[in-house]
Amino acid sequence: MKPVIFEQRKDQIKRKREGDEFTIACNRDSLAGAVSQRACVFCGSRVVLYPIADAVHLVHGPIGCAAYTWDIRGALSSGPELHRLSFSTDLREKDVIFGGEKKLEAALNELIDRHRPNAAFVYSTCIVGIIGDDVQAVCKRVAAAKGIPVIPVQSEGFKGNKRAGYEAACKAMMQLVGSGDTSGIPPLSINILGDFNLAGEIWIIKEYYERMGVNVVATITGDGRVADLARCHGAALNVVQCSGATMDLAKMMKDKYGIPFIRASYFGIEDMSKALYDVARFFKDKDPVAPGVPGIMERTGALVREELAELLPKLAAMKKDLAGKKAAVYVGGAFKAFSLVKCFRHLGMSVAVVGSQTGTEEDYKELAAITDEGTIIVDDANPLELSQFIKEMDVDIFVGGVKERPIAYKLGVGFCDHNHERKEALEGFKGMYNFALEVHRTVMSPVWRFTPRRRGSIAAGSGATANAAEEAAS
Amino acid sequence: MPPVKGAANTPGEAVKPDPFVSTTNACKMCKPLGAALAFMGIEGCVPFLHGSQGCATYMRRYVISHFREPVDIASSALGEKQAIHGGGPNLKLGLLNVMKKYGATAIGVATTCLTETIGDDVSMLVKEFKKEFGDLPLPEIVHVSTPSYGGTQAEGFQAALRAVVDQLATDEAKSTQVNVLSNFVSCEDIRHLKDLFEDFGLNAAILPDYSERLDGPALEDYVKIAPGGTPVARIRAMGGARATIEFGRVLDPEKSAGGLLAERFSVPLHSLGLPVGLRECDAFFGVLEEISGRPLPRRHELARGRLVDAYVDGHKYLSGKTAVVYGEEDLVVAMCAFLSEIGVKPVLAASGGQSGRLAGAVSAVTADILREPPEVREGVDFYEIAARARELSPDLVIGNSKGYRVLGRELDIPLIRVGFPIHDRFGAQRVLHLGYAGTQRLFDQIVNAVIEKKQADSDVGYGYI
Ligand code: SF4
Ligand code: SF4
Repeated sequence: MKPVIFEQRKDQIKRKREGDEFTIACNRDSLAGAVSQRACVFCGSRVVLYPIADAVHLVHGPIGCAAYTWDIRGALSSGPELHRLSFSTDLREKDVIFGGEKKLEAALNELIDRHRPNAAFVYSTCIVGIIGDDVQAVCKRVAAAKGIPVIPVQSEGFKGNKRAGYEAACKAMMQLVGSGDTSGIPPLSINILGDFNLAGEIWIIKEYYERMGVNVVATITGDGRVADLARCHGAALNVVQCSGATMDLAKMMKDKYGIPFIRASYFGIEDMSKALYDVARFFKDKDPVAPGVPGIMERTGALVREELAELLPKLAAMKKDLAGKKAAVYVGGAFKAFSLVKCFRHLGMSVAVVGSQTGTEEDYKELAAITDEGTIIVDDANPLELSQFIKEMDVDIFVGGVKERPIAYKLGVGFCDHNHERKEALEGFKGMYNFALEVHRTVMSPVWRFTPRRRGSIAAGSGATANAAEEAAS
Repeated sequence: MPPVKGAANTPGEAVKPDPFVSTTNACKMCKPLGAALAFMGIEGCVPFLHGSQGCATYMRRYVISHFREPVDIASSALGEKQAIHGGGPNLKLGLLNVMKKYGATAIGVATTCLTETIGDDVSMLVKEFKKEFGDLPLPEIVHVSTPSYGGTQAEGFQAALRAVVDQLATDEAKSTQVNVLSNFVSCEDIRHLKDLFEDFGLNAAILPDYSERLDGPALEDYVKIAPGGTPVARIRAMGGARATIEFGRVLDPEKSAGGLLAERFSVPLHSLGLPVGLRECDAFFGVLEEISGRPLPRRHELARGRLVDAYVDGHKYLSGKTAVVYGEEDLVVAMCAFLSEIGVKPVLAASGGQSGRLAGAVSAVTADILREPPEVREGVDFYEIAARARELSPDLVIGNSKGYRVLGRELDIPLIRVGFPIHDRFGAQRVLHLGYAGTQRLFDQIVNAVIEKKQADSDVGYGYI
């Protein structure tokens, strides 16, 4: 196979070398003709806002943008499920010529009457950017008529990449923040930002915080509600997961309401524990101390110990089989990649390739700092590159999303879906166990012995099957 | 009861929807997706969407979860600057990259809503590209205009085929080739068609043929462009072929590839329905007999015989049952033809497409059996289909995965998955719909779904039905 690295992308692919100053190009537009794994601004906005379950999410544009984002993600709601419907203005030729404002207004009126949502978000797609509909004005009119917030999301696909979409989503949410009553919010209170409640993950995290005695005011956006967003400025702290998605909202809330934020990741043992301890530390002095009652630090310590006492023996059994195996990671946000590197270490494995769609220079620097010598670090990759890296590093498992899956499978390599479509919870201590289980099951599957590329090269005669270690683990 | 758009219709007549205001859960996808899939069926061809990055990525994701295969769709990845000043430079750069890195021998360029609206002249840009890089070994570049605000994936698929034939076919050499324009069917369908033509000793050129590219074997290495697909040489030869068989009763020969071959090169066109169900299959096999001059080979005669036998064996389970059918228009027509002959009454035939030809086609295929044709609704979404289904309370739902939550689950009715996309079952690319064999599988599946439902609903726990 001929070399597959596009000349124009050479500086977006780097190898970690000890002692070298690490630099990489990133945050560029995708290269034409390179089959990028990235989507668009609209995609970024949709990802962030979509889990707000009691709002109408109306995609203003031709049908495709809405059709392809209909209920494809696993964000669960404990109540309303409006977010799982796909609303579109379904623009037609006539609308493109004469403008889509009338149709947008009619669609909003119809959908609001029909579903009685607590708010409506209107996503502008590429075409709307071109034909120049005044979405703002329409939203304003409908909001006044219907008495609910109707919020434009400026997410024209071509106006940048996914990151720009995150920002647009945060701006849209900021229009809700501050509009609600904050009375009754206790001093030990946080908002959970940047988690989407895939497979019910936010419920796991929320339970941890509540066990520590911390009240969760709003979950943004997983299992999200308009009213929670409206009053979330009453919380004492924002805990922001993931490097990209909701960071802008946290910053805006800090500027406007003085609410500090901390970053967190809920993947893996260290990062999960850290996310809890950081919050505990923040509230240490505000925690009402009563004689004989353990303080928040002690409560948190007890929680982590309890969870680990259950988890660690289970991992140990699987680790025996996985020791020395290698992984490749290509995910949307770089922050998740940090956690994954650590997760694999816990399983006795190393990460030989790591990349993201939307990492920043600092993100990649940090990645370089925590990875092993020789690790390939890549920004905005494509199938040709990814397949080359997988082969070159001869990895045993690839972590990514649906678009990456066939690349791994074609190369006879295991795969773990760590993206928005996952149906297994991977966050928290419980999630770490699920993750280990999935990695173990796929890596230890006998099917790789039969794929042409790897025939005979792996696990031959090791005798370990997925079941044996898992039985020991459970 | 939520309002249903469009007034009640006289049977057999399509309901013209009211001036549309909003779509909830579309029963359609967009035009370039169909075009990209058609291009995937050409040997060495990389589909290329001229537009911003998002469209291509979304479509890839969507197609991958159906086929579970790598689906590389390139994009010109237009940004703000290009959207304002024109996408020409990005298109050319993209073509060059695909050509060099993928080693594509063909590239199928489809426009998106964006590039249609900004008015990029792709035909001219491709010409310029060919001139600028004339010293390099250039791939075949075909292009098609596919603004989604003007149609669905089915129309994009057909438009791409027509464009391919228009831009490549010649009648320089006469051949024994039979052109087969098989419509948007599964990989297994295409494989089955190949066998059929072989059994009749016919030299078939099936377009498009993604049966290997989108359902490929495990290979030694990752291949940039999976092997398989209709060779360009065979597309070229289409103008000199002895006949064309084109499936799709909703297809308008004036806009189809088969129509173009007939008009421009006088290749006789056999325009048929998708061969699903006994009568549509008989019509198809009749044409095969006619073209080949051979009688129905024994194995197909037997398959036909078994099918009729199964119809008889299963009729009591199905008699009097009703079904809601939705999806791409041509498939909906085929399913109505089939259902009506097994005693299942299609009570609603619905599609997000709006060809204006659905009602007529459904009437035509059901007329000799059903007392009155089913209600037909064009240009509808799942919100409307579900609303109507609630009123009709059918026994079965037949269509793609997208109806599961709003129809199958909510109404607790068995959903028989056919067509595209099938995202919630395994083996979508291996669903066989066509021929006596495909009909047999669908029939068994339908009978079993009815039995299973009966079993599940009964307190007795029959182990023998
Ligand atoms: S802009 Fe048009 S081509 Fe792109 S996804 Fe939307 S409908 Fe499809
Ligand atoms: S049209 Fe624009 S917004 Fe819609 S999917 Fe394509 S790039 Fe994204």
